[in-house]
Amino acid sequence: MRIAFFPGCMVDMMYPEIGIAAVNVLERLGCEIEMPEEIVCCGQGLVNSGYREETKAAARMIVDAYDTPEYETIVSLTGSCMNAIINDYPLVFKDEPEYLKRAERLRGKFFEFTDFIVNELGVTDVGAEFNDTVTYHKSCHVTRLLGIKEPPLKLLENVKGLEYIEMAHADRCCGFGGTFSFKQPVIAGEVVYEKCQTIIDTGANVICGADVPCLLNIKGALGRLRSEGKLDRDIRVMHIAQILDSRG
Amino acid sequence: MAILYNTDKSLKERVADCLEDDFKHNAIKTAQEVFYVGRGKLVAEMEGWEDLRRHAVEVRNHVTENLDYYVKQFAQNAEKNGCIMHYAPSGDDALWEVLDIFEKHGASYAVKSKSMMTEEVGLNEILEETGIKITETDCAENILQTAESKPSHIVVPALHFDREAIAQIYREKRGYDGSSVPEEITHYLRKILRHEFMEAEVGIRGCNFAVASTGSVTLVTNEGNGRMVDSFPKVQIVFVGIDRIVPDLEALDTMMALLPRSAVGAKMTAYFSLDSGPAGPGEVDGPEEVHIILMDNGRHTLANTEFSDMLRCMRCGACLNICPVYRHITGHGYGSIYPGPMGLVLTPGLVGYDDIDNMVYACSLCGACSEHCPVGIPIHDLIREHRIKIVEEHKNHAIEVPIFKALELFWSNVPVYKFGMKVGEPIMKALAHGDTALAEDSAWIPVVKGWTSTRDFDILSSTRFRTWFKEHKEEQAAQKAHGVEGGEQ
Repeated sequence: MRIAFFPGCMVDMMYPEIGIAAVNVLERLGCEIEMPEEIVCCGQGLVNSGYREETKAAARMIVDAYDTPEYETIVSLTGSCMNAIINDYPLVFKDEPEYLKRAERLRGKFFEFTDFIVNELGVTDVGAEFNDTVTYHKSCHVTRLLGIKEPPLKLLENVKGLEYIEMAHADRCCGFGGTFSFKQPVIAGEVVYEKCQTIIDTGANVICGADVPCLLNIKGALGRLRSEGKLDRDIRVMHIAQILDSRG
Repeated sequence: MAILYNTDKSLKERVADCLEDDFKHNAIKTAQEVFYVGRGKLVAEMEGWEDLRRHAVEVRNHVTENLDYYVKQFAQNAEKNGCIMHYAPSGDDALWEVLDIFEKHGASYAVKSKSMMTEEVGLNEILEETGIKITETDCAENILQTAESKPSHIVVPALHFDREAIAQIYREKRGYDGSSVPEEITHYLRKILRHEFMEAEVGIRGCNFAVASTGSVTLVTNEGNGRMVDSFPKVQIVFVGIDRIVPDLEALDTMMALLPRSAVGAKMTAYFSLDSGPAGPGEVDGPEEVHIILMDNGRHTLANTEFSDMLRCMRCGACLNICPVYRHITGHGYGSIYPGPMGLVLTPGLVGYDDIDNMVYACSLCGACSEHCPVGIPIHDLIREHRIKIVEEHKNHAIEVPIFKALELFWSNVPVYKFGMKVGEPIMKALAHGDTALAEDSAWIPVVKGWTSTRDFDILSSTRFRTWFKEHKEEQAAQKAHGVEGGEQ
């Protein structure tokens, strides 16, 4: 199956290893992957901060890159960016009919990574092996705003050697919220440290998720706890693609 | 302005105060859990919950779209029932109407049950200034009135006090000499309040829903005090927001199926009153005179904006009970009588953007509120809509504009982005002192400090994913070409 890949800018900037893992998984499942070069960021941080006008340039770029007849199916590695593209672009382009039309066309072509594997490829066992205890953060955008609840759990369930431990309030926000975490660091800190506590309480060695920004946030907080001596063990923060790419 | 309070302090200072108060912080967290676990259980076992929600959305939208019609119908029917109607475009108008009623009766003593509308207009303060004694009879409101404190939740307003604190408040202010056992405190309250119910000349109350077809007003309580406020004093004043109207009793039934479940995770409350006018001839209880203050106070204006969905709100507090921010900063952090997600939409909707500080940014847009709202208000979208309006109306902070303008350029231009990565990577590497993340020692840098003051921030990787991908594709193409050549040999 021929697909276009949307990695999200954080993968490009900070975590190429997550993108590489996802490409490996998708190629093993028989996907032929394309990725346009003229992309940077979906602009979510701008529109969520109220800068709708300023979001347009980034959004137009994404639409231009992905809304082409050669891309029938687009797979997004990050739920929140995908949510911005399919659910927020209509707001961004409400006064630009041409781009509004094109953005609405993208809506039907975009699939979140785990949802694509389970519901489009019909695969729940990707042949991965990961011998450790894992908990999963049910991020707001993937779980609530895109409504993707079962696919990531089904995929984890079928990973050989993986012991899944659910954290309390797994679908509670991690406190990232884009510019929220810069504008309101004290509040964001309270939220993420509570999330960390629920992760620590599971006893799992690995926390994984399907939304890169949340992982950056959780990793930053767990790292701070560790360096301050408030956490006595390493808890690895991984994208679900990295677990699905593992081979024991 | 009675909607906002504690505005001398900034949002940041109010939040810091709330976080310092461990009791308040923990009390709100515990209460949240009790409420939404209760709600979740009831919703899960109730058949047709989603249908009920959809129906409620239709009913509420229908009223908003035909607001003038239903305001008129309700007023006419209430008048037929013998009520005296007062229409108050603003909070001040409502206060004048109330003062006129007191003057007409030469009254100086009133009892009151919980009402957000009276909070909104600052009724208690004004009445007290004019020498009228007014007693809150809802247990939690009485605690707040005695302690001179503000509500920390719209449904359970005194959450921030524990039994010890409550006993102490009554000891200091009222000479209470009992223990902190809740039953003993409530018994004491019951004793003093009974007396006040008997003595008061005027009863002042709110209204959860007003029924247009019958001209009735309703009151949903758990303590029974509301029933005494609306039946003991000879004169009764009912505050009704024009957004409280439902068309008929059937619609009321729908709303009442949703309200207690969403609010406190209960199928029903202990008391529910449906009042239609003063006592009729031969009826032994009930007021002789009922005044209904139909209050707009910005609602009509709101109905014609992007925020019209907010008029569906029935003040259940379900959004507060699920909000990951509210649970930490509590109602007092927001500095509005309408706190939490619904408050972030309603407060600026009613008071504008000039005095609300950074309130609308105290939200991660996680969407839990919208998911739980029984009347389907897209709360988090509307919070963002306020942010958009603030920028459009140039009420944003001038200092942040260049940052967002820079991001606009950076995020929409590949060469600029690549240049930024090239320059940024070694700088971040140097700042991280050999580590893979920026730590607290980078919290002196503007913008960055927003993050690293509380968390570490991973630095840029040494390669870009796009670079790897390009090489990967070239490798694949080469292999393919090689494979084809190999096949020919």
